[in-house]
Amino acid sequence: MGTNVFESPIAPLPKSRLDKLVFARLAQLNLQPVLCSDAVFVRRAYLDVLGTLPTAKEAREFIQDPDTENKRRLLIDSLLEREEFADYWAMKWGDILRIKAEFPVNLWPNAAQAYHRWVRASIIENKPYDKFARELLTASGSNFRVGPVNFYRAIQNRTPEGITRTVALTFMGSRAESWPTNRLAGMTAFFSQIGYKPTGEWKEEHVFWDPLASGNAPGNSAAGRAAIAAIVDPSNSVAQVSLAACTNTAPVEATFPDGKRVKLSPDRDPREVFADWLITPKNPWFTRSIVNRVWAWLLGRGIIHEPDDIRDDNPPCNPALLAYLEKEMVAGHFDLKSLCRLILNSQTYQLSSIPRFKTPEAEANFAGYPLRRLDAEVLIDAINKVSGSSDLYTSPIPEPFTYIPKGMPAVAIADGSISSPFLALFGRSARATGMENERNNKSTPAQWLYLLNSTEIQRKLEQGPNLQTIFNSGRKPAEMAEVLYLTILSRFPTADEVKAIEGYSGASAAKAAQAVKAAATNSAATNVVSAKRDGQSPKSTVRSPQSLVASSNTVAGKSNPVVRPGPLGSLGPRSKLSDKPVIVKRRDDWMDIAWSLINSEEFLYRH
Amino acid sequence: MNPSNHSGPIIRGSHSLGMNCSLPLSRREALRLGLFSTAGLIFGAQSAECGVRNGVVMAPVGAGTATGGAALPKAKAKSVIQIFLWGGMSHIDTWDPKPDAGNEYMGELKKAIPTNVDGIQVGELFPSLAKQADKYSLIRSMTHRNNGHETAAYFMQTGHTPGERLAYPSIGAVFALSKSPEYKGLIPPYVVLTQPQGRFSEEGFLGPLYKPFATGGDPNAAKFEVEGVVGRGITYDRQKARSVLRDNLNTMGEVMAGSPQLEASVEARKQAYELILGQARGVFDLAQEKTELRDRYGRHTFGQGCLAARRMVEAGVPYIVINYPGGWDTHSNHFATMRRQCPQLDQGLATLLQDLHDHGLLDSTLVWCCGEFGRTPKIDWQPPWNGGRNHYGNVFSVLVAGGGFKGGHVVGASDAKAEEVKDRPVYPVDLLGSIYTLSGIDATAKLAHPMGAEAHVLPGVSEGVKSGGLLKEIM
Repeated sequence: MGTNVFESPIAPLPKSRLDKLVFARLAQLNLQPVLCSDAVFVRRAYLDVLGTLPTAKEAREFIQDPDTENKRRLLIDSLLEREEFADYWAMKWGDILRIKAEFPVNLWPNAAQAYHRWVRASIIENKPYDKFARELLTASGSNFRVGPVNFYRAIQNRTPEGITRTVALTFMGSRAESWPTNRLAGMTAFFSQIGYKPTGEWKEEHVFWDPLASGNAPGNSAAGRAAIAAIVDPSNSVAQVSLAACTNTAPVEATFPDGKRVKLSPDRDPREVFADWLITPKNPWFTRSIVNRVWAWLLGRGIIHEPDDIRDDNPPCNPALLAYLEKEMVAGHFDLKSLCRLILNSQTYQLSSIPRFKTPEAEANFAGYPLRRLDAEVLIDAINKVSGSSDLYTSPIPEPFTYIPKGMPAVAIADGSISSPFLALFGRSARATGMENERNNKSTPAQWLYLLNSTEIQRKLEQGPNLQTIFNSGRKPAEMAEVLYLTILSRFPTADEVKAIEGYSGASAAKAAQAVKAAATNSAATNVVSAKRDGQSPKSTVRSPQSLVASSNTVAGKSNPVVRPGPLGSLGPRSKLSDKPVIVKRRDDWMDIAWSLINSEEFLYRH
Repeated sequence: MNPSNHSGPIIRGSHSLGMNCSLPLSRREALRLGLFSTAGLIFGAQSAECGVRNGVVMAPVGAGTATGGAALPKAKAKSVIQIFLWGGMSHIDTWDPKPDAGNEYMGELKKAIPTNVDGIQVGELFPSLAKQADKYSLIRSMTHRNNGHETAAYFMQTGHTPGERLAYPSIGAVFALSKSPEYKGLIPPYVVLTQPQGRFSEEGFLGPLYKPFATGGDPNAAKFEVEGVVGRGITYDRQKARSVLRDNLNTMGEVMAGSPQLEASVEARKQAYELILGQARGVFDLAQEKTELRDRYGRHTFGQGCLAARRMVEAGVPYIVINYPGGWDTHSNHFATMRRQCPQLDQGLATLLQDLHDHGLLDSTLVWCCGEFGRTPKIDWQPPWNGGRNHYGNVFSVLVAGGGFKGGHVVGASDAKAEEVKDRPVYPVDLLGSIYTLSGIDATAKLAHPMGAEAHVLPGVSEGVKSGGLLKEIM
């Protein structure tokens, strides 16, 4: 396959250790990968790092930047410092950490906000990942004030076993269902002394180390308002249970998942004992799990796949690659941004997404960048950015309803309960379990109904201020096409595409022929619309079949600018109106063109 | 039903098939003609399968699950229409009148009127339903004692106690799941007219594929614009023109040919186009109905919604919800709201029952109608309510009809002032369990939960849920 708009003519050259490990594997499989073009790269990098499209200006400047040696690296550096990086990666963590106010984890709104704020702030300061994990595992305090305590609240089954399963999934990338039962039981002991207690504030709850199990004493701990109301006495204070009622039933011994046993000291929170074991560089799960997860976030698939299903009988496709990333992660003191930078700068990340290898091994060994539909939030943000419109996000429960400011991107929404029909339709994570596959980016017919034919999309096309500015700019068709392509697809249109766009119109053949002539003379004088014709123009909606044939001819006969009339020899009813040169397309034609670009896989997918 | 007398919706003209004929959209015939062959996979079977393909069992597949249950009797109800009076309709003013309870209770709606069944009376605002009492039964002892909108709505639509750690799917989502192997229609299996009620996630842990398809639009408008199916201002021709243009500009699609991800997308799009450009959209074209019938349903959103629901029943859609436009949360301005809304409810619902009957569909179509709770029978005369009624889950009324439910009966009773259950309490599990049973769905079946939690369609007795037993007296 020759070069095209999506691929780079430069052959990939593995220089880094990472690339050498991947390309060695590809050589064994006899696969010759190809690099993506600059246009593909700029869009890909914005979407993967920031969860947003580049603006037309950003795309144009990057593509035209002559510094081919350094421009990709410099773009990566600048993207990693932008605020949207924190929004987008906090969204990813929000799925894993289950940041949701209502059913089924029921963090409650204030707590969901506090939790998200902490996650986002941690990303902004690039908190080392070992520190991030330790804080989540050991925090105590109010769910409204100490964000990370909500880790232990965002669990449907708040028993020691339920908590253990969630800890394993979150920080070990491992599903406890696949464990031997004694491993689960041994680890459960670390999470058997977590107490939850309400305060007088509605829905406030403290998470704390509770070795005496005072939380189990009758009337001393309960979640939710009803329970609080039941134990608050008329003086508005919470009844205190005497400590004598509490007994220390906590287990005295626990076993780490690697089989090592430990005696729990009565004066140390066992969560800390576990956290300290977990975050050591030698831990077989911790580093492996995070590098594999970040790799999967950027490359669509883990070196161990699925990224949260690490177990002995699910080996990595490239063990040396995984080991290398783990080593780099430890050497870099768990710096997540450095890990991102390492991956993003690799040739492996910058490969073309055009499928040329059909085997599953090619996919599993990263012979190309995989095609994936944009996440629900990223997709609606992209549509809104392109059109200049916004969506309304609300939480219908609890009253009073929650609304967030107009124009806030969906990616930045803190709370999984704040949503819209679009986000639900396009498979946003339910944030119920923290599993990666709760997010569903599969394409469904119902989604296509929305994209192809919904009032919302039509309204954005008709009224979105960004698109209106473009439609009304009075540019020549070729220039309009360029702006629309850069805005929507982040690249320049090809000559064939410009031709197809120029040829698209209800007035069909005559009009298309004049457009070709006009393009040849490049005359400003042709840039005129007959007022008479405009006045007579029907509202927009009728297309004669001939015009469709004509425009497909334009594309099919790529090197042939001669446009023939349709097979019926008639130009359709509209052509009678086109007795004067008409180059400026009607607004509806441009709307149809923008619609076509938005409804392309090129727009809807990461590629 | 005599096929030659078939008076179902007529789908006129078919651009996509190049036919210019009229054909009655009976499912059987449509299947015979092969019209639904590919697209049948759209919202049904494929959804169930994809849960597995993604590695999570989000939906039970095949036997031993919600679709299993060998011992179940043959389903009488093929479709269900749920009319949800969200906000909570007052029971004492409507289907459980207590004329002797006095002014403090009855306020200005003091009269009860006789029906065509001896001994059954309804509130004075329901003259049309009074003529149809042989077609429906009234449950006057519905109870769950929950007074919060979202929790009561969850209770009434899942049967599970609100506040459990699992978020159960609503009955409509369970239908969408259970009917997916057999339902092959183009229209999604679980449809809401016109807006989702949104008090809780109807799909629960089953995931977004089981969300209701909300039509949007207004069935009483000149054109019922169904979201995504009948677009505003986009004619058939323009839609076609756009699709050709889209194909002409599909540069990446061409170089990507052969990518499995791309092909999945192309297939999904093709199926969507069958709904947009194909025949099923005719189901939503209410102009195909006689003016006289449309008038009888009532020229309002609710009445025309009932008509749209009947047309979807004819197309085989398994579960249709009509969320009552406007709501019934009448804390204040109570009697004026009742006087405005009850006549529309009376007109639309009574015509729906009669029309289903006339089409020979009432036996196979189950209709149930109620809110998440009733309203305080004792009127609150204090400001700011000034004669309003508040949330009341202790006892309220439900109307059920068709699909195997007998008409002309009253189940249970409230006390003299409609404040407590007097006879035969009916709990959410009893009502939903009866609907599942009549529809051939095993309510004890396990539902696959993404984290492997034990979950069943309805809670068992061992889960401590109150039950008065299935509605055997009217089944």
